[in-house]
Amino acid sequence: MLIYALKRLGVAVLVMFTVSLISFMLTRVSGDPAIALAGEGASDEEIEFVRKQYGFDRPLFVQYVEWIGRALKGDLGESPYLNQPVTEMIRERIGVTMTLGICALMFAIILAIPLGILAAIRPNTWIDRTALTLSVLGQAMPSFWFGLIMIIFFGVMLRWLPISGSDTPLHFVMPTIALGYYATPAFMRLTRSGMLEVLASDHIRTARAKGLRWGKILFKHALRNAIIPVVALAAVQLGFMLGGSFIIESVFALHGIGYLALVSISRSDLPVVQALVLLLAVIYVVLTFLGDILNAFLDPRIRVR
Amino acid sequence: MTQTENGSQTMDRGLGLEVVFPTPRQIMRRRMLHHKGFLFGAAVVIIIFFMAILAPVLAPNDPYKQDLSLRMIPPIWQEKGTWEYPLGTDNLGRDYLSRLIYGCRISLLIGFACMLIAMFIGTVLGLSAGFFGGRVDMLVSFIITVRLALPAFLVAIAVVALVGGSMQIVILVLGCLIWDRFAVVLKATSQQIRSMDYVAAAKAAGCSVFWIISREILPNALNNLVVVATLEIGRAILLEAAFSFLGMGVQPPIPSWGLMIAEGREFMLFDPYLIVIPGVALFTLVLGMNLLGDGLRDVTAPEGRS
Amino acid sequence: MSKLLEVKGLHADLRLPAGALHAVRNVSFSMDQSETLSLVGESGCGKSMTALAIMDLLPPRGIRWADKLVFEDQDLLTIDASTMAGIRGGRMAMIFQEPMTSLDPCYTIGNQLEEAILEHQNISAGQARERAVYLLGKVGITAAASRLKQYPHQLSGGLRQRVMIAMGLMCSPGLIIADEPTTALDVTIQAQILALLASIQQEFKMGLLLITHDLGVVARMTDRLAVMYCGQVVETGDVRQVFDQPLHPYTRGLMACIPVPGKTRPGQKLGSIPGIVPTPIGDLSGCSFRNRCYAAGPQCAKEDVSLREISAGRAYRCLLSPEACAVETEGNWK
Repeated sequence: MLIYALKRLGVAVLVMFTVSLISFMLTRVSGDPAIALAGEGASDEEIEFVRKQYGFDRPLFVQYVEWIGRALKGDLGESPYLNQPVTEMIRERIGVTMTLGICALMFAIILAIPLGILAAIRPNTWIDRTALTLSVLGQAMPSFWFGLIMIIFFGVMLRWLPISGSDTPLHFVMPTIALGYYATPAFMRLTRSGMLEVLASDHIRTARAKGLRWGKILFKHALRNAIIPVVALAAVQLGFMLGGSFIIESVFALHGIGYLALVSISRSDLPVVQALVLLLAVIYVVLTFLGDILNAFLDPRIRVR
Repeated sequence: MTQTENGSQTMDRGLGLEVVFPTPRQIMRRRMLHHKGFLFGAAVVIIIFFMAILAPVLAPNDPYKQDLSLRMIPPIWQEKGTWEYPLGTDNLGRDYLSRLIYGCRISLLIGFACMLIAMFIGTVLGLSAGFFGGRVDMLVSFIITVRLALPAFLVAIAVVALVGGSMQIVILVLGCLIWDRFAVVLKATSQQIRSMDYVAAAKAAGCSVFWIISREILPNALNNLVVVATLEIGRAILLEAAFSFLGMGVQPPIPSWGLMIAEGREFMLFDPYLIVIPGVALFTLVLGMNLLGDGLRDVTAPEGRS
Repeated sequence: MSKLLEVKGLHADLRLPAGALHAVRNVSFSMDQSETLSLVGESGCGKSMTALAIMDLLPPRGIRWADKLVFEDQDLLTIDASTMAGIRGGRMAMIFQEPMTSLDPCYTIGNQLEEAILEHQNISAGQARERAVYLLGKVGITAAASRLKQYPHQLSGGLRQRVMIAMGLMCSPGLIIADEPTTALDVTIQAQILALLASIQQEFKMGLLLITHDLGVVARMTDRLAVMYCGQVVETGDVRQVFDQPLHPYTRGLMACIPVPGKTRPGQKLGSIPGIVPTPIGDLSGCSFRNRCYAAGPQCAKEDVSLREISAGRAYRCLLSPEACAVETEGNWK
């Protein structure tokens, strides 16, 4: 088990370094970052000044090592627009995104898993077909559009929910639904197929032969086995949600790191963009690593390797 | 088993009675014609495809023509709507119906093109990993993990913002981002096929790697490939719409549905049709694509179903 | 003493897209307490389905009906599902063929063993644990207490099957149904498991319904046997009677296929029954064996053949008389 964890950790670290490299190169893609920062219409001296001040005149490799060295210590540079340390900017906004992501994941799971179980124990009935239909419909809808429709309907027509900002929990209701519904079909299908497979397995037949009550068979034996891949999926989906939350944040004017990323890209605030890409990738890697560990914890067969 | 005239096979059951087995192609055709999702999806996709091709013929007006005296006419089902502009006009007086029809071209074109790029990248990576195994497999898995760890969409936006937003750029960037599903599926499929006896036989007979891949593995992986391709077109279309919505994709005045939603957002509280109509179009097209892909999967390999 | 199990006219169908598969057709037999009965036949003859039908464990596509199905004086046809669940595992236990996949990989052996008894009896967890240790010892597993904490994937196939047997015994059932318990195991382990089953049955005085296709096993362990073919019972009787004087042509064919020490000469060709087992779908009238039978005549296709009892517990399903069935030379089964 320890060796397994260490191997995964090694891969995770390697991935993170590769991503940091990509993130670093990203901001150098369009050519001279000094020009981008100095702005249009800047004179040559101003550009030179910016170049010297930010160290863009040094070799790329040196710049990278310096950046990553400081990043590892928690210093992600400073935003030239707000003159604020990037780390602080992130800290101010990450709570919103985390809340949104976790709520969206919870929403998706709470909706999907019971549906998946029901669909599996009554296959090919109206419940099953409804669940599958809903999941197909859900995956076809653009999330930003769904968000806008909800704003019109719940926010303006019915006036039940606030349509922008992040002050109260109610502010998170629509964004959570808009972000979470897209993952629901994946969870539902995974639960359903997992349960169908397990329910047809030999050890469930043994459980029935032992005379166990149906509820116990379903939850203790069937679900326990079927849930294992769902846990791994949950980790991955949370990673995707956090990385893709910017569009929902934009629609609902939530000031999270996604919104920050968008704004920073549009004004070429390079240190922030670099840092955010790296941060989101690190979060994803950490989440998948945790997901693997949880997987091993849940499935005894993986543990003793 | 013996053959009958229409190609199906029969079997003697041992009591002098016969059971008729249809051929795989007959089975597939029968399944296709009975699978409601597949039929609906195929119908939607075909209709939208023809709308795209026949756009110049179908669209009543020029989608780019602005006329500020005709701005914000509501669609036909609201009062003040007219038959001249059945879906109304936008804030610049352009005919919404025509823009919608021309938008089919944009969505289909971008969706298809992105899918092709992604398919190429993903297939090459996936096949190599599955076929060669070992170090190649590890390398490809690493590449896939890195790709998944990157907040892909953000990176795409950043690249487009830095390099400029034209249709070609968007297609290229998107295509280079969504190959992961192709790679994963093709890796699994080619691994499976590679371990089968007939591939071992081909290797033993001395066939070259290229021959084996193109003659043995690809045809068998084809059905998975087509299913993934259809679903990825849907995904690409949604991503392009999101790009355009954020202003990072194709630029106005091109009638991309995502862009139409963005342009209509300002006015959506009073004239919701501006965002509802293109949204429904997006939804319908992607739904059709997804149903088609799912249907293909069910029809060609129903063991995955309940 | 009343019978342990009485089965009369048991039918089981599987609803397939191609039609209804009549897996079990009009099966009748009975068992006394502490008796071993074997259901013998080729793969696909319906013996496993019979066991599943008795325990009400048919897959969702299956339905059963019977004239009479009485176990320990309880009518299994009229009780409700929860009462049946109480009997399953509590009074009637089943051991399956595939030990490798029959245990839940996520829970320890101990958990699954204790669960078997805690479901039916109101005892403490500690008592359940003691019983598990005791039974693991009985089935020949050493270091039982530490085994309880192990997971199924940590045990070999033979050990897992012993655990399955122990699990079946947890509630001291009156009947154990063993469905090909040794087929998936190594030959050396097979003998051990069978000996184990025999000794346990004697010690605990249970009935054992043994389902197998291996006549050697039958000869060693059983008191009585019922030969099945295409969903029907075609012959019943004491083991000695059936082996010495098989009546039904199919049984005769089976006997001719196996080498018998003392009787079979070295270099002698073993017989084989020509043809294949028919698939029991659709209309089945007449004798199912007629295509492969050396003694078949035109009347075999016309009427359904019922079981003819010639003495207590000794019956066979053929239109011909015992003497006519016996008219065959060794050359028949080439």
